[in-house]
Amino acid sequence: MFAAENGLKGDPRLEAISAAIRVVPDFPKKGIMFQDITTLLLDHKAFKHTIDIFVDRYKDMQISVVAGVEARGFMFGPSIALAIGAKFIPLRKPGKLPGKVISESYELEYGHDRLEMHIGAVEPRERVIIIDDLVATGGTLSAAISLIESQEAEVVECACVIGLPEVKGQHKLKGKPLYVLVEPSGLDEFC
Amino acid sequence: MSGNKDEEDPRINGIKTKIRVVPDFPKKGIMFQDITTVLLDPKAFKDTIDLFVERYRDKNISVVAGIEARGFLFGPPIALAIGAKFVPLRKPKKLPGETIFEEYELEYGNDRLEMHVGAVEAADRALVVDDLIATGGTLCAAINLLERVGAEVVECACVIELPELKGRQRLKGKPLCMLVEYRCSF
Repeated sequence: MFAAENGLKGDPRLEAISAAIRVVPDFPKKGIMFQDITTLLLDHKAFKHTIDIFVDRYKDMQISVVAGVEARGFMFGPSIALAIGAKFIPLRKPGKLPGKVISESYELEYGHDRLEMHIGAVEPRERVIIIDDLVATGGTLSAAISLIESQEAEVVECACVIGLPEVKGQHKLKGKPLYVLVEPSGLDEFC
Repeated sequence: MSGNKDEEDPRINGIKTKIRVVPDFPKKGIMFQDITTVLLDPKAFKDTIDLFVERYRDKNISVVAGIEARGFLFGPPIALAIGAKFVPLRKPKKLPGETIFEEYELEYGNDRLEMHVGAVEAADRALVVDDLIATGGTLCAAINLLERVGAEVVECACVIELPELKGRQRLKGKPLCMLVEYRCSF
């Protein structure tokens, strides 16, 4: 669900966050309006608002783990984890984590990729939120959910800064709630 | 903080004990310093960030540059706490906008570090953050990128230093702040 429909309607912070996101046309290929969050990270106030909104939502939900998807999930997840007193777990591309891992594959437009997590990082019955910068088809987040659930932990919610139109109206991803701050900027011009 | 045992902050030992050493990763002979276990301990992770924040909060740092990908784990929390921008320094072709790049040497061959044009400005005072300094090649590339756009690199900050690899000497005279040393020899 979008934050504006869930208690934050009219919150000026959401507008500041949206305005700070840069749209880069035709990246990584023609036709894609890439949502660049690096400009959000350059705007200290807007970046802080982003973290604060997630922290306010999760701080009283007994979340013990924040899992972040490489690499842009790493830019948001740790700050949230620190503020709510949770562990942070990086979910990484293959071959990056040094210890024993479990992996889950997911579909790309052409082909597959894999997401890995250290065995033992999350324990059974832990309450987990999964963070990424953006959700499009939900393929990566679905793989992340599978990794967490394979260790018998509970995914409480998936949280993203930006949600593409495919997810609007979808409150759940693989049965899990999805919480998104803003819609993509600049799509009107695309149509 | 960077090595005087008599003055070592008591939080540092707590952090050191949380670092997991994984032998023979990514290849035989390398004792890999795994910081993911520090991130699993909220107190140790918070202490790590606090130590850097305490050091930099009054130094007028306007930008924290973090090196992909483990620099992204430490850089943004530091940036948020000290009121600075965060700039990701990335592997090639990840950043969507116009970039500049700097090459650096690997054991076999070269790699590149990229930064968005316009992210850092000439008046900026910068901190470079990564989880670990080994040979210093990547940090040197980061310093070069920041200096090319006219910024002043105030310091490099790493959780772990491998002093035997002498990375400190490759930082173009910039100071290094680290929390934990790892020595292979006895």
